[in-house]
Amino acid sequence: MARHVIAPVDELPPGTRKFLEIDGRPIAVFNIKGEYFGLMNRCPHQGAALCEGPLIGLAQSNSPGEIEYTKLGEIIRCPWHGWEFDIRTGQSYCDPRRFRVKAYPAHVEPGASVVKGPYVAETIPVSVESDYVVVEL
Amino acid sequence: MNIQFRESQEAASPLTVKTAIADCDIHPARATRTELYPYLAKRWQHHLEIYGVHAYQGMMEGPPYPKAQPNASRRDAYPPEGGPQGSSLSFMQKQLLDPNNVQLGVLNPLNTGQGIRNHELSAALCSAINDWQIDKWTSRDKRLKASIVVGNEDGLSAAAEIRERAGDKNFVQVLLLSRNVEPLGQRRYWPIYQAAEEAGLPVGVHAFGFGGNPITPSGWPSYYIEEMVGHSQCQQSALASLVLEGVFERFPKLKMVMIEAGFGWAPSLAWRLDKVWQRLRSEVPHVKRPPSEYIREQVWWTTQPMEDPERREDLFDVINWIGWDRLLFATDYPHWDYDEPSRVLPAGVSEANREAFYLGNAQKLYGLA
Repeated sequence: MARHVIAPVDELPPGTRKFLEIDGRPIAVFNIKGEYFGLMNRCPHQGAALCEGPLIGLAQSNSPGEIEYTKLGEIIRCPWHGWEFDIRTGQSYCDPRRFRVKAYPAHVEPGASVVKGPYVAETIPVSVESDYVVVEL
Repeated sequence: MNIQFRESQEAASPLTVKTAIADCDIHPARATRTELYPYLAKRWQHHLEIYGVHAYQGMMEGPPYPKAQPNASRRDAYPPEGGPQGSSLSFMQKQLLDPNNVQLGVLNPLNTGQGIRNHELSAALCSAINDWQIDKWTSRDKRLKASIVVGNEDGLSAAAEIRERAGDKNFVQVLLLSRNVEPLGQRRYWPIYQAAEEAGLPVGVHAFGFGGNPITPSGWPSYYIEEMVGHSQCQQSALASLVLEGVFERFPKLKMVMIEAGFGWAPSLAWRLDKVWQRLRSEVPHVKRPPSEYIREQVWWTTQPMEDPERREDLFDVINWIGWDRLLFATDYPHWDYDEPSRVLPAGVSEANREAFYLGNAQKLYGLA
């Protein structure tokens, strides 16, 4: 598993996402209220760019008339067919047994530790003074 | 390396050589509200400004149910130059036609001039949308073919529009929608079938439309998902009506295309019709043969949204009943329930059937083989 430096932290403020290709794989990294999430940007259903969809919540119901709406902003909804996935785990909510989208851990590392490696940062100039978003895959 | 995904996807697509396909359900859109004005008489431009459009639908002028994606379309299908999804030829080429090697794309404009209470306005809008299809689409990309949109509730003016376009190679079919004031086999619609048969053009019936009736046989449902599922129920009523009113008997060369309403229900509807027909045949003596025979001989089916049973054998059983020569592949681009060409057909289909499914049947039906 390699660690990839994908952006200085101030380039990915809360509520934004960044699209990249790492080792031929389309990836998106999200900042949701200061938490970072990496996700394969390809829907396992028919191959759409999943991560271009909106972030919504999870609507669930134990019985008709009762609705719980949780995980606000943590469910990615596919821009084609609307399939929903949990951004933390990649779990599908319409068919969890057959479908899952690959989730990649992402977090912030201080520049000092990034400079030491072993990180892949081909196009990002790294300095010890800044913090960086790192995704593992 | 850090690259924007969208750019790399576009750069990669021309390198992939894919099998040629037909896409028998593409929805071109207008970029602006007034885009049809150049094709409309001043009288109708002013009419639209002053009175607007009144559809066969109570109280509101939009679709009867809100859609699950903006404009019922893919969120990644907005053209870069602006406008709604499906309104740019160059982006349609880049996103749909080129990467999927679409050799034949059939345009089915929706929400145009159909289902409108003012029949003269309906006819004017339909004629305008037909001119617009040539001007904006088919004259600029020879892969695209248009559908003759007709004012469905006025059979005579609809037939006149068909006769005016007959022989024009820009058009490959006549387009109706499944929701109409009456079931589609009724006599008020016969002039449409007669003109289409004379012109040698199939009549496509696309899900949706405005008929003023509740969108299910048991009333107005609560959810959009019920509207989506209801398209197949609506199409079943339309098809039963076409058979039982004797449309196929009266117009034996007429070809009908069921668009975007599924096909898994075809055998069960036909079996049920046959069974009841054996018992009630004398009520409809003009239906001379078992209903299933008309359906098998005169009906084609577009695939999207493709049925997706757990066992692929179940899908093959249904297709074997319908006939591999009767299915027409379609994506429904740019709508959100788009079917990706490479992902719809399970493994285990012969090369010949695959070719027919994706391209050959459409070329043959639309006279482009």
